Amino acid sequence: MSDLLALEHVDVGFATEDGRVSAVSDVSLSVSEGEIFGLVGESGCGKTTLAMALMGLLPTTAHVAGSVRFQGLELLGLPPDELRKLRGDRISMIFQDPMTSLDPTFPVGEQVAETITAHRDVNDARAKERALELLGDVGIPEHERRFGDAPHRLSGGMRQRVVIATALANEPALVLADEPTTALDVTIQAQVLDLLRDLRTRLQTTIVLITHDLGVVAQICDRVGVMYAGQLVEVAPVSEIFRSPRHPYTQALLAALPTQQQVPGSLRVIPGRVPNLADPPPGCRFSTRCPYVMDVCATVPPLAHETDEHLIACWLSEATNQAGRPDHATAGGAA
Amino acid sequence: MSQILSSNEVAPVRPGGPILQVDALVKHFPTDRGLMASGAVVHAVDSIDLEIHPGEVLAVVGESGSGKSTLARCVLRLIDPTSGRIVFDGRDVTGMKGRQLAGFRQQVQPVFQDPFSSIDPRWRVGRSVAETLDAFSIGTKAERQERVVDLLDRVGLDPSFARRRPHELSGGQRQRVGIAAALAPEPRLIVADEPVSALDVSVQAQVLNLLADLQRDLGLAILFVAHDLAVVEHISHRTAVMYLGKIVETGPTERVFRDPRHPYTKALLEAIPHPDPERRLVGSVLEGEIPSPIAPPSGCRFRTRCPVAIDRCAVEEPEMTLFGTGHTAACHVARAELEASAG
Repeated sequence: MSDLLALEHVDVGFATEDGRVSAVSDVSLSVSEGEIFGLVGESGCGKTTLAMALMGLLPTTAHVAGSVRFQGLELLGLPPDELRKLRGDRISMIFQDPMTSLDPTFPVGEQVAETITAHRDVNDARAKERALELLGDVGIPEHERRFGDAPHRLSGGMRQRVVIATALANEPALVLADEPTTALDVTIQAQVLDLLRDLRTRLQTTIVLITHDLGVVAQICDRVGVMYAGQLVEVAPVSEIFRSPRHPYTQALLAALPTQQQVPGSLRVIPGRVPNLADPPPGCRFSTRCPYVMDVCATVPPLAHETDEHLIACWLSEATNQAGRPDHATAGGAA
Repeated sequence: MSQILSSNEVAPVRPGGPILQVDALVKHFPTDRGLMASGAVVHAVDSIDLEIHPGEVLAVVGESGSGKSTLARCVLRLIDPTSGRIVFDGRDVTGMKGRQLAGFRQQVQPVFQDPFSSIDPRWRVGRSVAETLDAFSIGTKAERQERVVDLLDRVGLDPSFARRRPHELSGGQRQRVGIAAALAPEPRLIVADEPVSALDVSVQAQVLNLLADLQRDLGLAILFVAHDLAVVEHISHRTAVMYLGKIVETGPTERVFRDPRHPYTKALLEAIPHPDPERRLVGSVLEGEIPSPIAPPSGCRFRTRCPVAIDRCAVEEPEMTLFGTGHTAACHVARAELEASAG
């Protein structure tokens, strides 16, 4: 499988009253064709900012640096009209709240059709026909009848299916799904996850799934990247992340999940709080809360291969040490 | 729905008796008002019985539209039920007003998903916590200030937090303030409606630990309304599962999770996205969506989505059947299976 998406040293900063906020710091990762890649982390970790940066959807106060290549094409610095042509066509997005993407006044079927005519040279009749097919594909019951309904006539789960139909309208190579099931009930979430899984199987669509929910990650992703306070701290196949998490933050996050086995009151907590990103700690940003913190953690640990597929950015790791021990570092080490 | 109390006489508190008893509780909302009113009603909560014992955590779980939050608001006396009774500590509180109602509110305190709904965003934290004490005229001014410091300490916040304003706090800290305010009048029952669902996992763990500690140390009873089944399994002693305004199954949490009898409980448990890639759900568990509470299905309300429904389910509402100590479920099919296995 080849890389569909490759990020190199992506930084995103925002100019604010408190100074420059470093929302995403030096993130490098790649996503292969046909894979479901999960980007997981808690509020403020930068996962959504990163996705918006890829799509060129950040406000003008954002400063984005690094490289984002999609099918070999550099997206950063691409003129806005070219990015607009890509969005909804070769790359599409699904947001947590379907109403972000839907026009509340237009029939849902028309909205799907419009996405097609905006990017494809087809007549209205053909676009409608295709939109109807799509509504059926995403499992909307009585989709012929639903075609003319305004979004408010549909339930939250059905609206999200319409958004997914819209996202798939032009058979994109890449779908960025940001918390697509977070607002849904658990039985409806199961249906939507099943739908996403099915799409990948049928259409080989590559999906980047952004979520805070480790359960959702375990259910659907092939590989996972864990973010903390703007840094990518670990990347691994999903089975390894859950079976043998290597980064202390990943370990702490998994240990904080409630289970029936733990006595109430004894859940593991992560002491302290997420650092202020206007003034982040130097080096590893988890260092202020890490039980294993060492002096060396004041230097940014490079993300390095422990095995072919398991990457970690932590000075406890041999791989990280080999990749960039600060006393050996030549460039970018001690800053 | 014939169990529990047959007499209207209010029994004195027995040791081991429930702190809260909800009896045939119904809450219907009109769908529209004014000249064009059709008379249609939303059957938000329909004939619910439950009880909570001192020191017990009872979880009420269900999806949107199940009626779980309406139930919580009725118990808090924030809204009046259409019919049925709420008995607290042996006293019928359903129609209580004025001073008596204030006395009840002192003993039954809410914790909401968004602490801002109970905290004034402009007030300093200390004032918000003290407000509950003021409202019930507890202690002198000096005593109240001292108590605020104690309460902040109890929920793991430094006394300096009393001077801060809500917007300076993280989500977890705000929820701690919400809990401190709820604890101020020394309630015996906390009604917590989705208290951790807006929090990140690591913060959620802190707040769950806090609630568990308080519950144990203070002997609090908690009505814990939630949609997250992993949280419920972790923290509650007993669980009641709601669907479309009805309790369909209730029992000791371990029994309900290990040996669910109602097909809806089974589907709900199967739909949990386990944080374990080796426990992947293949295919969706439940077709369709929750029907409108304006015109709930006849008979069993779950029958339109139930994988095992039989003809009888459309015509006759299933009664609660006992499946083990304190474990009941309302399902014709499960009951028939039980009877068959009993010979």
